[in-house]
Amino acid sequence: MIRRLGVSGAIALAALAVLLLAIAWPGLVAPGDPLAISPAEGFRPPSAAHPFGTDESGRDILTRIVHGASASAGIGLAATALGIGLGLVLGFAAGLGPAWLDAALGRIIEVLFALPTLVMALLLVAVLGAGAGSSILAIGLATAPGYARILRSRVRGVARSDYVGYARLEGDGPLTLFRRHIAPNTLWPLVSTATLGIGQAIVWVSALSFLGLGSPPPSPEWGAMLNAGRVYISTGWWMTVFPGLAIVVTAVVLTVLGRRLAGAGR
Amino acid sequence: MTALAPHGIAVRGLSVALPGAGAVLRDVSLRVAPGECLAVVGESGAGKSVLARTLLGLTQDVPGARVTAAELAVAGHDLRRLGRRGRRGMRGRDVALVLQDALQSLDPLRTIEAEVGETLAIRRVPRAERRGRVIAALREAGLPDADGLLGHRSAELSGGMRQRALIAGAIVGGAGVLIADEPTTALDATTAVRALELLGRLRDEGRALVLISHDLRAVARVADRVAVLDAGRVVEEGATADVLDAPRHAVTRALLAAVPSGPKPGGRVLAPDAPPLLAAREVTRRYRNVTAVDRASVTIGRGEVLGIVGESGSGKSTLARLLIGAERPDDGEVRRTAACVRLVPQDPLGAFDPRHTVERILRLSRRGDAPSPAALLEQVGLEPALLSRRPATLSGGQRQRVAIARALAAGPDVLVCDEPVSALDVTTQAGILALLRRLQRERGLAMVFISHDLAVVRNVSDRVAVMRDGRIVETGPTEEVYASPVDPFTAELIAAGS
Repeated sequence: MIRRLGVSGAIALAALAVLLLAIAWPGLVAPGDPLAISPAEGFRPPSAAHPFGTDESGRDILTRIVHGASASAGIGLAATALGIGLGLVLGFAAGLGPAWLDAALGRIIEVLFALPTLVMALLLVAVLGAGAGSSILAIGLATAPGYARILRSRVRGVARSDYVGYARLEGDGPLTLFRRHIAPNTLWPLVSTATLGIGQAIVWVSALSFLGLGSPPPSPEWGAMLNAGRVYISTGWWMTVFPGLAIVVTAVVLTVLGRRLAGAGR
Repeated sequence: MTALAPHGIAVRGLSVALPGAGAVLRDVSLRVAPGECLAVVGESGAGKSVLARTLLGLTQDVPGARVTAAELAVAGHDLRRLGRRGRRGMRGRDVALVLQDALQSLDPLRTIEAEVGETLAIRRVPRAERRGRVIAALREAGLPDADGLLGHRSAELSGGMRQRALIAGAIVGGAGVLIADEPTTALDATTAVRALELLGRLRDEGRALVLISHDLRAVARVADRVAVLDAGRVVEEGATADVLDAPRHAVTRALLAAVPSGPKPGGRVLAPDAPPLLAAREVTRRYRNVTAVDRASVTIGRGEVLGIVGESGSGKSTLARLLIGAERPDDGEVRRTAACVRLVPQDPLGAFDPRHTVERILRLSRRGDAPSPAALLEQVGLEPALLSRRPATLSGGQRQRVAIARALAAGPDVLVCDEPVSALDVTTQAGILALLRRLQRERGLAMVFISHDLAVVRNVSDRVAVMRDGRIVETGPTEEVYASPVDPFTAELIAAGS
């Protein structure tokens, strides 16, 4: 598996390990307090003491980015998990259920698809109110139709395949067919799609925060940091560039891994 | 039709090495004059297709491929000097390929006029001129009603008509050199004979024709000369009659011996007077307005092999599905006293879960006190080392053997084999047929053997049923039917197949 990842895949995997460490144990990577203010230290450009500089209240940006990983990436992960979970239920129900259910779910999925994901997420946040919980719910609900649709077409293809037909001839019941053939052959291809989806979800979480609809201001969420630094972009470029880089790098890492997984699965 | 250029093929000392595969062709020399047909035969992996693609100038485009030759002249072009652009210009106009799979090589969404005229469209032949040339090519390819066919799509044509349309597409550009890669493998016996006759006529008109095939006897009908390829070398070359009657090289002899011919070796196993294991009585199956099987009756007794032959679309596979219970008849009934009936499918790869290893496939299909997966593999003549492989990494013959092992894993009384050897080359095919005969002899296994190939059916069956348009037109002991067919359609099939 590792050998098939190639050089870019190995780099991406290493970066992902750092990200996961930052989520699980931010104190180990950056021991400082992300919320500790020291106004005297404000607006410092990157230096040995503050590699990524400090913000307007003198908080260390590197520390904040590391501690923000759990908020940004954690919300992205949770939202993707929710989206996939819903997508699984909808996709399997539509792919394996009776024709009327497939038709009904198909229409619902199409309506949800008609709205761009971010617009739908905005709509849901507007109804539910701002905050981390509603970000997860909004992005999860908004991405579910995509997963449902991929899964449904995949399930249909596998259920019609010769090998499932043969197993049916051998007398396997529907549950055995599902467990042995349909689930493995539909879920594994979804893993790479999901990895791509997490990166996308992190971007959306940050976008919601940037718009002031995600985590409230003092928390070190990457999108919120971008929004806060936006005011000082002409004098303190580091306040926007580094959180922005964190978002981009995370999304790129997950995209590279997702593509590698898709290639390796083939 | 433009005049045919007086060129053919002249190849001397051709060697081809492909990245990852090493030397594929070694020091190959061939000559094909206009108006002559050379058959290139060999087992799969002998390098036949690479040779065809090199003559078309396609191998040369593969990154990392090394093509060297003392002489490589095709249709008046020196392929060693021609660049990529020149080679592209040559294809279609001077040398053309007739593809293997007539059923899948035509775009289902495009009309016959667009498909056949593609070569002309690429060469920017004016639209007004195109239609006339397409019609002329279709007529020449033996489709007299060309005007009526132009607007049709490939799904509306029979297999034979599609193959003719493909050939029309190859000759429409006026190519003087035709290369046909396994042009008849996917066709049933009568259609294959007609396609070969057509290719022979195109040769008589002055084209140089290269026929690539694994089936020596099939190409013998039209080929003037035969070159036998083995591991990238030409091991024998000579006039067709000489090669067939007095093969000098061991590979040629093996290829000839592998072609199924004559009655079943070992003779007929006499079935005792027990009630039949499987019996279909007057079964009918309709799909919308098509009657796929029409009042067909067959019985399979203990330990006997029933062959079912017919052209494609005659309802053979539907009858098989009715017999194994995958479908229910609309009329009539299927009686099963056999405890267990298993299928050996036409496309084994599609019938294996791609994520499962051979061991898992066999283990999941075991019922009762079946032998272990390793013992099952041994029964079909495979090494236990294959247990950890996935089906996609096996060769065609190995896959079919694993499919048979899987069917055996349930300890069946009857095997239903649906075209089990039609996708295999003759040598592999001979091995599978011998295996099936051995299973019948040693285990008393009864079989239904479905094929469009009469020689193959004769080689394994005790009794034979001939199908046409969903009906069984003739049935009886194999040798009696082959010696004195009663039905005129059977007589025609047998004449085409031998």
